[in-house]
Amino acid sequence: MIDFDYVKARDVSDAVSRIARDPAAKFIAGGTNLIDLMKENVARPTRLIDITGLPLTEIEETDAGGLLIGALVPNSDLAYDARITKRYPLLSSAILAGASAQLRNMASTGGNLLQRTRCLYFYDTTTPCNKREPGSGCSAIDGFNRMNAVLGWSEACIAVHPSDMCVALAVLEATVHVSGPKGDRAIPFAEFHRLPGDTPDIDTNLAGDEIITAIELPAEGFARNYSYLKIRDRLSYAFALVSVAAGLKLEGGAIKEARLALGGVAHKPWRVPAAEKRLRGQQPSRKVFSETADLILQGARGFAHNNFKIELARRAIVRTLEQAAAGTPQSQSVKAIV
Amino acid sequence: MQQRPQAGLTPKLQVTLRVNGVERRVSLRPWTTLLDALREYLDLTGTKKGCDHGQCGACTVLVDGRRIVSCLTLAVMKDGAEITTIEGLATDGELHPLQKAFISHDGFQCGYCTPGQICSAVGLIDEGHAKTADEIRELMSGNVCRCGCYPNIVAAIEEVMQGAPAEVAP
Repeated sequence: MIDFDYVKARDVSDAVSRIARDPAAKFIAGGTNLIDLMKENVARPTRLIDITGLPLTEIEETDAGGLLIGALVPNSDLAYDARITKRYPLLSSAILAGASAQLRNMASTGGNLLQRTRCLYFYDTTTPCNKREPGSGCSAIDGFNRMNAVLGWSEACIAVHPSDMCVALAVLEATVHVSGPKGDRAIPFAEFHRLPGDTPDIDTNLAGDEIITAIELPAEGFARNYSYLKIRDRLSYAFALVSVAAGLKLEGGAIKEARLALGGVAHKPWRVPAAEKRLRGQQPSRKVFSETADLILQGARGFAHNNFKIELARRAIVRTLEQAAAGTPQSQSVKAIV
Repeated sequence: MQQRPQAGLTPKLQVTLRVNGVERRVSLRPWTTLLDALREYLDLTGTKKGCDHGQCGACTVLVDGRRIVSCLTLAVMKDGAEITTIEGLATDGELHPLQKAFISHDGFQCGYCTPGQICSAVGLIDEGHAKTADEIRELMSGNVCRCGCYPNIVAAIEEVMQGAPAEVAP
């Protein structure tokens, strides 16, 4: 860790003006990822702006029938909130599939979106990494890439986004509310995270002088037919090899609407709207779901150690859609996959 | 560890922590974690440093009643907070029911993870989301025990959760 100084932001506009004045500064809330990165010398802010005192801790009803979640609501409070468990159980399930109870007590909603990849080479400052040091090269492409991407990667970067919560937020088509020196704006969830392209050092479309203030959920929560299935190397407290979030709306046994996102396979939660559209009007069946999986994984390409993810994702997609259609979502405490 | 010359270091900040019911004032640099503040500045070495990266849970303490990992918490950000460590769980010389249950169920071998396990279990029971052994296992997964005492740890927590504190043999 390098020497840094520490200030507390008084309110949102104070936070924004402080970060706008000092590009080497960073906001800190839960700190679960940032402090770790600072200990590893991967993040080297010269100033931390503590935003934990800002009034962004409420979950409120919106006029549209959805919920507005303050950026500082801890992950655990969000996962167990009665409105979330009842109306957005997919979100609750995905949050509880991630990290540990202690980390969920600390981590903020906004911070979860901004956590950085756990690619081994991003953390290892003795190796090249285009995300950490643009232009230095990608060590993962020919290295130990078991945890890396099979979709949407570039020659510059094959890192994946590590969040579980974000996979559910992609399915729910949440909106990210941000505030900056030029005012407030709303970013659709699908446009919040970026693919690596030639600039893998930039994870999101949030500007350096903007702050996330809230996440908005639309009214539709897919509370009847949903599932979040996370496949990992151990049953708890591990990042996903592959995860799938699914939300279905059924009418008379047929699929009226389908949403599906993959985690652990790309630089952002991975959705294929064409595959979701093809599910509309269909009767749920293994055959239909297999075709969906094929469509989603068209063009997937792995590396020496992670090719297995493609077949794993195919099977996980089918199973998650079956769980969602049957109304039997994956339990996050009993880990048998049925 | 790369730092600016000593003379240029960010000045220390005054931090007040209420640790195990006692107000403690300490002067710290912003990068001192709560874990290091407890161990190195307040002489409370019951809280253990395992991985120092939030992966093992050995440093778990309760901040304002919630279990967190103190290694990923900056002490300056907890100014005014109520901290409970393993040293603060016994009352009037009597062990906390979880401490007794860990002893009677043999919930440890080397003991290094135990303070974190017990503080985490206090948080778990208070949160009230675990009802079954599977749920205990899931919600205790942030506490790693390399001696592999998990079955006995779960048994100890289950017993206290069911409200039947263990008798410790003299």
